[in-house]
Amino acid sequence: MRPFTYERPRTAAEAAASAAREPRARFIAGGTNLLDLMKIEVETPAHLVDVNGLGLDRIEPAEDGGLRIGALVRNADLAADETVRRDYEVLARALLAGASAQIRNRATTAGNLLQRTRCPYFYDTNQPCNKRAPGSGCSAIGGVSRQLAVIGSSDACIATHPSDMAVAMRLLDATIETVRPDATRRVIPIADFYRLPGDTPHIETQLAAGEMITAVTLPKPVGGRHFYRKVRDRASFAFALVSVGVVLQDDGSGRVALGGVAPQPWRSVEAERHLPSGAARVTEALLAGARPTPDNGFKLTLAQRALGAVLTEART
Amino acid sequence: MENPHDMKISRRNLLKAGAASATAMGTAPLSAARAAGAGQREAATVTLHVNGKAHEMALDLRTTLLDALREHLRLTGTKKGCDHGQCGACTVLLEGRRVNACLTLAVMHDGQQISTIEGLGTPGALHPLQAAFVRHDGYQCGYCTPGQICSAVGMLDEAARGMPSHATASLSERPLLTPEEIRERMSGNICRCGAYANILDAIEEVAEGKA
Repeated sequence: MRPFTYERPRTAAEAAASAAREPRARFIAGGTNLLDLMKIEVETPAHLVDVNGLGLDRIEPAEDGGLRIGALVRNADLAADETVRRDYEVLARALLAGASAQIRNRATTAGNLLQRTRCPYFYDTNQPCNKRAPGSGCSAIGGVSRQLAVIGSSDACIATHPSDMAVAMRLLDATIETVRPDATRRVIPIADFYRLPGDTPHIETQLAAGEMITAVTLPKPVGGRHFYRKVRDRASFAFALVSVGVVLQDDGSGRVALGGVAPQPWRSVEAERHLPSGAARVTEALLAGARPTPDNGFKLTLAQRALGAVLTEART
Repeated sequence: MENPHDMKISRRNLLKAGAASATAMGTAPLSAARAAGAGQREAATVTLHVNGKAHEMALDLRTTLLDALREHLRLTGTKKGCDHGQCGACTVLLEGRRVNACLTLAVMHDGQQISTIEGLGTPGALHPLQAAFVRHDGYQCGYCTPGQICSAVGMLDEAARGMPSHATASLSERPLLTPEEIRERMSGNICRCGAYANILDAIEEVAEGKA
């Protein structure tokens, strides 16, 4: 691990200002992803801003009947929250499908949104990777790509976003509250939060330098029946090959988002209109324009079948 | 202490300053600073309360909680397996909750309570889970065992507080610790000898005793 300096700011605005002053600064919260990457020197921050002491760990009612989740609420606590379990079950289910209990006890809401890809070439500092070393090339294209993206990818990067939680947040139309280094605040809808890789796969979100997430807010509950189905290589503690979050209403309408297929949670309101016609029509629309590799074309079939299994379960 | 980058002092004075500032200012805002010594080492004074005893240590900022326990406090019961949060051998209880000690920095836990396998029981008075692992032969090589046991202590507490898991059928009901639930909740602890069947039996016995 490379040396770094460390501080514990007193307020979120102070944290943002500190992070902006030092160009190679990183916020550290749970640390479950960042420290892992620092050990293998994929991440080499010169300065760590420890935000664990800032509060931001409450789950509270939001003004419009929604729920405001502090950036530092731990994944385990969010999944166990009574309101989340009752009104936003897909979020609890997605959280519980991710990582291990030890990691969920440390990992935070904001950190989960910002976690980095598990593309093996991003982790291997001996290999070119445009996300880790911009301009160096993509080893995954033409390499071992079974886990990687089938849609939303580019000629520069085919990494997936690894989060389960973010799929549910996208499905529920969460908004992300931030504070910037000048202490001003803004709200970013999750639909706009992630950037597709294009030619700049190292830039993953809309966050500016030093900008810090302070909370994630869910709109008022949408009702319906909630499902999160995750398909992976082992029954627990593994990243998704494909996951599908679904909210289904009694009239057959609903929402669908996919994980494990793209650089961000993958959802399209257009595709959801096909829900009454069955899974095949939905995934066909949702994955139109997919560019799978020879290794991961199975994800297109798997996504359809995972959604089909949810729709079958919903009928019983 | 407003800007850690401006500090140019010897390592010896830095540690004194760290101790003084901790007394004067509590934990905020800074307990760490850059020293001007050879190799630009970055260090901090950290107090960890381990198994009920306070330990003040001068640590390189890069020291993980796991390395602080093993290399500085010589509490080698907590094991280093993968050092990447995948195996669970380093599981300890931080403020009562199970965590991977390898995936967090010691400096982030100044003033906090940590329980390790050494604090759970003694050879003469084993913790019920330690006794159950012995009774059920819940290991072969034993390397994962301290992590398994600390994890199981945390797991039983989570279940007692009604926290759900991926194996919980209904999120509106209190979870029951079925074998399926225990397996899922213990998935962060890997046993490469494959003693899972006996580990499950040991934990199940203690869980039932508590129910």
